Amino acid sequence: MDGLYFWIFAVIAVLASLGVVGQRNPMYSVLLLIVSFGALSGLYVLLNAPFVAAIQIIIYAGAIMVLFLFVVMLLNVPTEDPVKGYHVKLLGGAGPRHFGAVLAVALVAELVWAMSHLRLTAMPESAGTTSSVYQIGLKLFRDYAFAFEATSVLILLAMVGAVILARKEN
Amino acid sequence: MMAFLLENKNFIAQLLLIGFVFQVLQISAAVLVYFERKIAAWAQQRYGPHLVGPSGSLQPIADIVKLMFKEELRPRGADTFLFYLAPILSAAAAFGAFAVVPFGTSTTLFGLLDKPLALEVTDVNVAMLVIFAITSMGVYGVVLAGWSSNSKYSMLGALRSSAQMISYELSYGMSLAAVVMLAGSLSLRSIVDAQAGYWFHVIPKWYVFIQPIGFFIFMTAGVAETNRAPFDFPEAEQELVAGYHTEYSSMSFALFFMAEYINMFTVSAVATDLFLGGWHGPFLPSWLGWAWFLLKVSFLLFFYIWMRWTLPRYRYDQLMEFGWKWLLPMAVINLLATAGIVLGMGW
Repeated sequence: MDGLYFWIFAVIAVLASLGVVGQRNPMYSVLLLIVSFGALSGLYVLLNAPFVAAIQIIIYAGAIMVLFLFVVMLLNVPTEDPVKGYHVKLLGGAGPRHFGAVLAVALVAELVWAMSHLRLTAMPESAGTTSSVYQIGLKLFRDYAFAFEATSVLILLAMVGAVILARKEN
Repeated sequence: MMAFLLENKNFIAQLLLIGFVFQVLQISAAVLVYFERKIAAWAQQRYGPHLVGPSGSLQPIADIVKLMFKEELRPRGADTFLFYLAPILSAAAAFGAFAVVPFGTSTTLFGLLDKPLALEVTDVNVAMLVIFAITSMGVYGVVLAGWSSNSKYSMLGALRSSAQMISYELSYGMSLAAVVMLAGSLSLRSIVDAQAGYWFHVIPKWYVFIQPIGFFIFMTAGVAETNRAPFDFPEAEQELVAGYHTEYSSMSFALFFMAEYINMFTVSAVATDLFLGGWHGPFLPSWLGWAWFLLKVSFLLFFYIWMRWTLPRYRYDQLMEFGWKWLLPMAVINLLATAGIVLGMGW
């Protein structure tokens, strides 16, 4: 039964992700990304990690994608046309396309290497059944405290930078 | 068939309970519309609905029938798929969020069932986060409705809605986190059970007494989340006609309308579970706990409606300022203070 659910969520996640890059309308791209996040969250539930699943929806599908949507809508406002024939020409030229192809090959090579070196170990049974929140908290604030704090400083820096960029010159 | 029914009594009861909750939510929307109009009339010294049924109590049913027979309109240039998806998303999120809200102790239906049946659709150990996640999906209904309508009023409503939601979600989450720290659990049922009993035999151990600021933040952010006055900017009828649902008619409009009232009901139910001790209360035996629950929820709902007809709408920049400069710092300080007390006193 779990296997069936895995395939359902996996297929949805992959198809939605392909749709994100595969079609032209930025609005639908954002929505398909949300669908993909939802499917990933389903996979987390199958891995006995309900906390991660809920956080995935709240942070990514909820907060971050609302911001994305906000930006896409704001960019669309001045024309007020329905988005028919709206083209994003980010990867239009030949240069970026070739660069993208190189990156894609690198990614595939990396994935193949990672998959072939993967040692499959059984998950500890206690991971999700007791209280994964408690365990995640312990890991995050004891074992990985430094990495956690370093990340928060990094995000704070980005925030300060954004505020400086957005400030009006007087 | 009969044998199957007898063997799986709990399964059948669970299915019935799900159907029951679904129906109650739908009916609660109709009842709320009626009371909203009656209380509005009372606040403005007029009669309100009084023609259909005894003191107008059948008015919501007349409204629903009217809406069902109305023509379904769609503006030219609207994005068909998203235009019809948006109200469905709104309503689905509203119904879905209630799935993890417990509303009473378990019951065996007077010995009819072998195992006691807990009065909630499903028990998840991260229930609080699930509610938070599903309600945050509800905003997509509003945003997509506004965008796909291809109309300036709808668009402005949608933009306001997403900005408002980003501003208030943070304080909302932090007020929840303080309660989670006190109870030491993310399950709503354990949080409610942590509030059983009394201090000095008189004051019930409800979290509203140790978390008054948290309760205030939760209710304020809850009003903003459900787009109710004085934070009803996505609709703001004096400025935006009807905001994000300007272009909707017939049952699509009804879905939005229903979603708004069900969201009010859910926020009140969650507030009751988190801060007002859920189904715990004096005088009634524990199997009648749901009566207390219903009473507390009704009180909060009345407060909601009362506020709408008492407070004028804020200006948009005031709303943003209040959210970021007052509510959020308040929530952070409340969270830190709670954390300090929990750590220091080993609650």
